[in-house]
Amino acid sequence: MNSKTLWHIALWGLIILISLPLLRILSAWFEPSSAIWQHLSDTLLWDMITNTLWLLLGVGIGVTLLGVSLAWFVTMCEFPGRKILEWMLFLPFAIPAYVLGFVYLGLFDFPGPVQTYLRELFGWSGLDIRDGKLSIMIVMSLVLYPYVYMLARNAFYSQNNTLVESARLLGMSGFGIFWRISVPMARPAIAAGVMLALMETLADFGTVAIFNYSTLTSGIFSVWENFRSLQAAAQLSTLLLGIAVLLIFIERWSRGRARYDSNKRMTLRPYKLKGHQAWLVTSLVGSVVLFAFILPVLQLLFWSLASLNLEWDARYLDWISNSFVLAVGAALLTVGLAVIVNSVRQQTHLSWPLKTGIRFANLGYALPGSVLAVGIMLLIIDIGEFVSPGQGIWLSSGIFALLLAYMVRFLAVAYGPVESSFDSITPSMTEAARSLGANTSRLVSHVYFPLLKPGLVVAGFMVAVDVMKELPATYLLRPYGWDTLAIRVYELSSEGLYERAAIPSLMLLGLGLLGLYMVHRINKRYKIRAK
Amino acid sequence: MKKIIAAILASSSLLMMGCSQDQETDQAQADNAKVVVYSARAEHLIKPLFDEFTKQTGIEVQFQTGKANALVERLKAESSNTPADILMTTDVGNLWYAADQGLFQPMNSEIIERNIPVHLRDPEQLWTGLSVRARTLVYHQDRVSADQVVSYEDLADPKWQGRLCLRTSNSVYNKSLVASLIEHHGEEKTTQIITGWVNNLAAKPQSKDSHVMDAILAGQCDIGLVNTYYYGRLQAENPDTPLRLGWANQTTTGTHINVSGAGLLKHANNTENALKLIEWLSEKPAQQIFGALNREYPANPNVTVDPQVESWGVFKQDEINLKRLGELQQAATMLINRVNYE
Repeated sequence: MNSKTLWHIALWGLIILISLPLLRILSAWFEPSSAIWQHLSDTLLWDMITNTLWLLLGVGIGVTLLGVSLAWFVTMCEFPGRKILEWMLFLPFAIPAYVLGFVYLGLFDFPGPVQTYLRELFGWSGLDIRDGKLSIMIVMSLVLYPYVYMLARNAFYSQNNTLVESARLLGMSGFGIFWRISVPMARPAIAAGVMLALMETLADFGTVAIFNYSTLTSGIFSVWENFRSLQAAAQLSTLLLGIAVLLIFIERWSRGRARYDSNKRMTLRPYKLKGHQAWLVTSLVGSVVLFAFILPVLQLLFWSLASLNLEWDARYLDWISNSFVLAVGAALLTVGLAVIVNSVRQQTHLSWPLKTGIRFANLGYALPGSVLAVGIMLLIIDIGEFVSPGQGIWLSSGIFALLLAYMVRFLAVAYGPVESSFDSITPSMTEAARSLGANTSRLVSHVYFPLLKPGLVVAGFMVAVDVMKELPATYLLRPYGWDTLAIRVYELSSEGLYERAAIPSLMLLGLGLLGLYMVHRINKRYKIRAK
Repeated sequence: MKKIIAAILASSSLLMMGCSQDQETDQAQADNAKVVVYSARAEHLIKPLFDEFTKQTGIEVQFQTGKANALVERLKAESSNTPADILMTTDVGNLWYAADQGLFQPMNSEIIERNIPVHLRDPEQLWTGLSVRARTLVYHQDRVSADQVVSYEDLADPKWQGRLCLRTSNSVYNKSLVASLIEHHGEEKTTQIITGWVNNLAAKPQSKDSHVMDAILAGQCDIGLVNTYYYGRLQAENPDTPLRLGWANQTTTGTHINVSGAGLLKHANNTENALKLIEWLSEKPAQQIFGALNREYPANPNVTVDPQVESWGVFKQDEINLKRLGELQQAATMLINRVNYE
């Protein structure tokens, strides 16, 4: 057996491992529950679908506008505070959407300080910000834009200075360059970022619950809870899966065959803004940082101080270390998986079943965590019973189930950055190295690895932060004593105890920021060596 | 790259082995004196009780919290292999459903029969209530006079147009309340009542009881429905609050109550310890803690109520057997969906 066949077998194994929970959910259609469907289509179903589509549209527009424009400003322009703002724009990534949701509601809802102040000052009649769609679109765009920003910024950086310079010499305006050169070249990265943000939107449960906005995901939970029918819930989640497939299809189609290789990195910013213009950009970029990060953190700090004595105890050390271990374990596994899949993809022309399999395995991200968790639970119990009847339960009560859930759910997160870093390896590099006499191990360690490393680190970091924020699957599958910070946030906030929930929220944020800082250090070191 | 993958695989399998080994040794040590609880009641509301139980009896309590329906689904899937001995939940609908799915065994305990009134227990002793939660009216004393606060049915009256705040219909407490209305009035009349509620809403339904009170305080609306312990928390933080509790339906059916409670699982491994824990929870000392932890009413009527809770006055409870609320919950949900109560 040659190594190529081995890689293929490994790939098939992984695809099957990941697909089985999805298939277990799809198999729900063999047990139809028509009475529930009748009731749903009479009452809630259409609202759920249209609300979901509206949310996708709104968040899609929001994250694209924010992510792309911010990334372009920080890579192409020089303006006061650029250096600080450039990395501060990453920070909202560490805030779970449900946390920003309850912070914003606390601040801006009718009884909150902002509206109270306005009422007292101007006798303003007030506003129900939970009514309609706009508030939730804004909140979700503010936490999800970093997906687009991160990938678009990398793409803009790797675009060649000379290209922009030539365009300027040929008389193209700044906006023209943005619209006709930068954006089209960064399109695959932008599309990948928007995809991730939309998948996250599709699977979100916490934020929509806080705003009482009924979507397919919240519908899955209520159908499960109200009609006690896991079947109907699983069937409803296949509808969600359908939307996810459609999204992926649109992304692939919009990306087309676009592929741009460049080994140069932007070193100089083409636009040195001055005066009013510069300060305008500073305040625009700064206000995003203010609303997406500084304001919520201040509010959380304020709440935390008010409830510190009541809430803090030694168990937080356990919760922190549990969150951390799960995040690191899942990040290693998931990135490893993405590497295996991509090495096979890189080596050979894939057969269509394999291609479809890879795409199918990437769908887990759109599945609500709890539905996925139930699929995995049922599956693992099936397998356990098959392997050793009566003993299989240890599988479901261990950390294994949880890690499998994270792998299925977050492969897509790791896959994007790993895929694009694999794409940065051009055939000519391999040929050059080979012609200079490099053997395979040398090729891997001296050519591939340095090129892949930034992508792998980014992927690992994104998965780790996502895992720490993840709620429903962790809630359902964690073994005894494996409580995490996210669980604590949920338990407190679901009782309406937002002040106390601020403490674990801040810690979650702190861990996320720590991860972000480590990535920053690694990237910096890598860049120095590259010079 | 192979090296990395090998390292990843090795470290992750080590991680997993490490964890499962820990669990095994833990289990071997504690097998004789432990009880395992799946709980839908939040951690900070039960852990102090379990700690006290362990201190008094030496029996270790292992527990895992989760959403009730997920725990039930998990118990169904785990079947006879379950490590759990007890299921605790916060709504009678959940207890009834677990019983309906055949997860419990009868407790046949004289202690429980003696301690807990009959309408708060399953007729076959498959589960028992351990604390009582009253869901009643809350209002702003400056904008509503006490004699205007009458009943659940009255909230549908057009005089409350634009003055009512409600928590979302997703809340299991509201489903149980609607179930009790169906039991008393039938579906048709209940549909009229809930339609009236929806027409009177001042704002989109809030996601928490505490938000309902915040909205009333801020002047968005004048009256709402809450579980009393949420009011208790507000009152503890701000003793001068202008909000007041009004006992609903005192001249008719009585104020709607619900329970948090527990049942002994059919496939329990530590039946004796589990029964001991539930019985202990129904006795006076535990009932005192149970109530005080969350300002709920003890299920055991012989226990003195927390002074703050006592200050809200005595009220007439709706005494339909709670089992009935479980049976009617699905009908209640469908009704709620039909009248578009979000």
